[in-house]
Amino acid sequence: MQLDEFFVTGEPLIYAGMVSIVLVSAAILFILTYFKKWGWLWREWLTTVDHKKIGIMYILSALAMLFRGGADALMMRTQLAFPNMNFLNAQHYDEIFTTHGTVMIIFMAMPFLIGLMNVVVPLQIGARDVAFPYLNALSFWSFLFGAMLFNISFVIGGSPDAGWTSYTPLAGAAMSPGPGQNFYLMGLQLSGIGTLASGINFMVTILKMRAPGMKMFQMPIFTWSTLITSFIIVFAFPILTVALALMTLDRIFGAQFFTLTGEGMPMMWANLFWMWGHPEVYIVILPAFGIFSEVISTFARKQLFGYKAMVWAIILIAGLSFLVWVHHFFTMGAGAFVNSVFSISTMLIAVPTGVKIFNWLGTLYKSRINNTVAMMWSLAFIPSFVIGGVTGVMLGMASADYQFHNSYFLVAHFHYVLIAGTVFACFAGLVFWYPKMFGHKLNERLGRWSFWFFVIGFHVCFFPQYFAGLDGMPRRVFTIIPEWMPLNIISTVGAFGMGVGFAIFCYTIVYSYRYSERETSGDSWDDGRTLEWATPTPIPFYNFATVPHVDSQDAYVKLKEEGKTTFEEDELEPIHMPSNTGQPIIFMAFLAIASFGLVFEWMWMAIAGLLAGIVMMVIRSFDYDEGYHVEVDEIKRTERSARGL
Amino acid sequence: MTDHNKRIPTQHVVGFVLSIALTLLATWAALGSNLSTMWIISGIMILAVIQAGIQLFMFMHVVEFESKNGHVPWNMMFHGAVLAAIVVAGSLFTMSFGFTHDHDEEEHQYEQQENDDQEQQDEGEHEGH
Repeated sequence: MQLDEFFVTGEPLIYAGMVSIVLVSAAILFILTYFKKWGWLWREWLTTVDHKKIGIMYILSALAMLFRGGADALMMRTQLAFPNMNFLNAQHYDEIFTTHGTVMIIFMAMPFLIGLMNVVVPLQIGARDVAFPYLNALSFWSFLFGAMLFNISFVIGGSPDAGWTSYTPLAGAAMSPGPGQNFYLMGLQLSGIGTLASGINFMVTILKMRAPGMKMFQMPIFTWSTLITSFIIVFAFPILTVALALMTLDRIFGAQFFTLTGEGMPMMWANLFWMWGHPEVYIVILPAFGIFSEVISTFARKQLFGYKAMVWAIILIAGLSFLVWVHHFFTMGAGAFVNSVFSISTMLIAVPTGVKIFNWLGTLYKSRINNTVAMMWSLAFIPSFVIGGVTGVMLGMASADYQFHNSYFLVAHFHYVLIAGTVFACFAGLVFWYPKMFGHKLNERLGRWSFWFFVIGFHVCFFPQYFAGLDGMPRRVFTIIPEWMPLNIISTVGAFGMGVGFAIFCYTIVYSYRYSERETSGDSWDDGRTLEWATPTPIPFYNFATVPHVDSQDAYVKLKEEGKTTFEEDELEPIHMPSNTGQPIIFMAFLAIASFGLVFEWMWMAIAGLLAGIVMMVIRSFDYDEGYHVEVDEIKRTERSARGL
Repeated sequence: MTDHNKRIPTQHVVGFVLSIALTLLATWAALGSNLSTMWIISGIMILAVIQAGIQLFMFMHVVEFESKNGHVPWNMMFHGAVLAAIVVAGSLFTMSFGFTHDHDEEEHQYEQQENDDQEQQDEGEHEGH
């Protein structure tokens, strides 16, 4: 292979990308070396198994991916507002909408939520870490290497260009030769290992490691939504794993599962993809519902209205999520009976979701609302998500879907649910739990600016797209007809508004790091209801000096009433903690090398990487590190300084 | 079930080696052997059942006693079976209705006829409206 085949050539934007990658990497290397931070980086972050630090790394990576996906989005919007400027050609546009979708779902939404789960869930249930800390680190590194592998595709080898759904036969070897689609397959496969492991990890953590006395129906609602999400992950992700593996066999080893020739069934890919893909939608929305519930009940200063109905609604949504996948391809022509069945199951999902909307409204009803930035994101979510949900029911009607399918109406719908649901929740959750992670709040004034820019920009961007869709504008086109121009220009203005909102948000982080008041109490918002607020800030690495006995919902509310803390000096005992380890990052680096080899079909590299991975598994099998104990004296010292005693 | 004091988990190692051996055997049967298709398919099915047995008994704690949270492994297996049923039955349901994927001439004609019937029915419905 020649070098000019290895690197993507001929595109000025991509040359700029290459230059910026080299410059940023050089700058990072220089800063780390100049300030002698390599040891610190390795000891404190790269080898950590602490769920809080892993969560923070997830969130930082997700923010970087949000920037990348957002940049893709702005490029697409620029192209559609000025279609005659030849800003992007058809091929480049195809690559960008493909990476935009994949990055946003797989490498932004999920890691952001998993990051928040990592930080918050063990604290909410009174645990000192997740059930399998080593596996947790492994999950993170598998996600990060998967994301990096996918992201380098635009400078090395060429990006995938068959849409984030990667439908065959277009995505097959015959019609998409070269490494592009392989990047999609291997990037998702590698990060999928981590997602599946996270699902198992949180399932066990929540089922087995709750504070003494805490019953299932006393768990905070975010923990509930994480548990249900974990179940969906464990059941849905194997389907994606198998589908990706089958397509890998097709593309790299000449099998015929999804090909047009050799009795392959191209539509089987769509079928398997959405069998995973629909539950995936709920993987990214259920934790969001959990976050909104926590934020709303905290700032409405009330117990969540209809807690049990909320839990059962989540469980019902999770169950139904496995029975609706065909609504993504009604137009495949599976026949009226099949479509009717899935049309009805789709509409059924609106029922438990509607129940949840009323739960939130019921919580807000007659409450004294503390209008913080986190609360504003949650309040903006409710009406915006309802618009997305109602248009979802419209799409769910199979016969009407023949009109809406693959039009901008669909694009507007899923952005309304994914942004107003998941992205608003990520912002709300990050702002809400930020003081627990970093010891200071985000500046509220700047937060409001970023909120208004983002939310108004969001509606200006996506509301017109419903009408562009009704006017017949199909998705995934790089040029448009004059009738669609006004709507598209409005939409582009809105998209840049969202970009400004995100930029202000990033500036808020820097500003708050420098100027925000440091937290002195653990209960940052004064109205904390769940156990994470019972810990001091900064949270000691062992979380709880003494784990409280829980016998009610909103455990911290009761703790405050009884005047108890998580530091009862006479009950202290040595705490057993897991040791840091460099194995997960090394292991996943080897698998990343193997995946890179498979992308370019360099078998020697793939085999070497896999063998090294197996060696790492053997090393792990004979690893008898049992962790260490934190002595009572050290706990006393840490707690006293953290609590200012 | 697992004894944490034991240095080498014999049962797991045996299970691991057996499952790899069975996989290799199935691969050989499909790619390398001269058996007839019928024998290959039934052979692979039998190997799959043995494989599932190995997984259940050697890794998945199927013989474990009930704990205070109910019989967790059995619950998980039940959910797994439901999911498998959804994947298999669901795929057959969506992928086979109104499609022909059989290149066998006779059946093709039969399916064709069925489709024609369907179309006539559809037309009837259109007239009805």
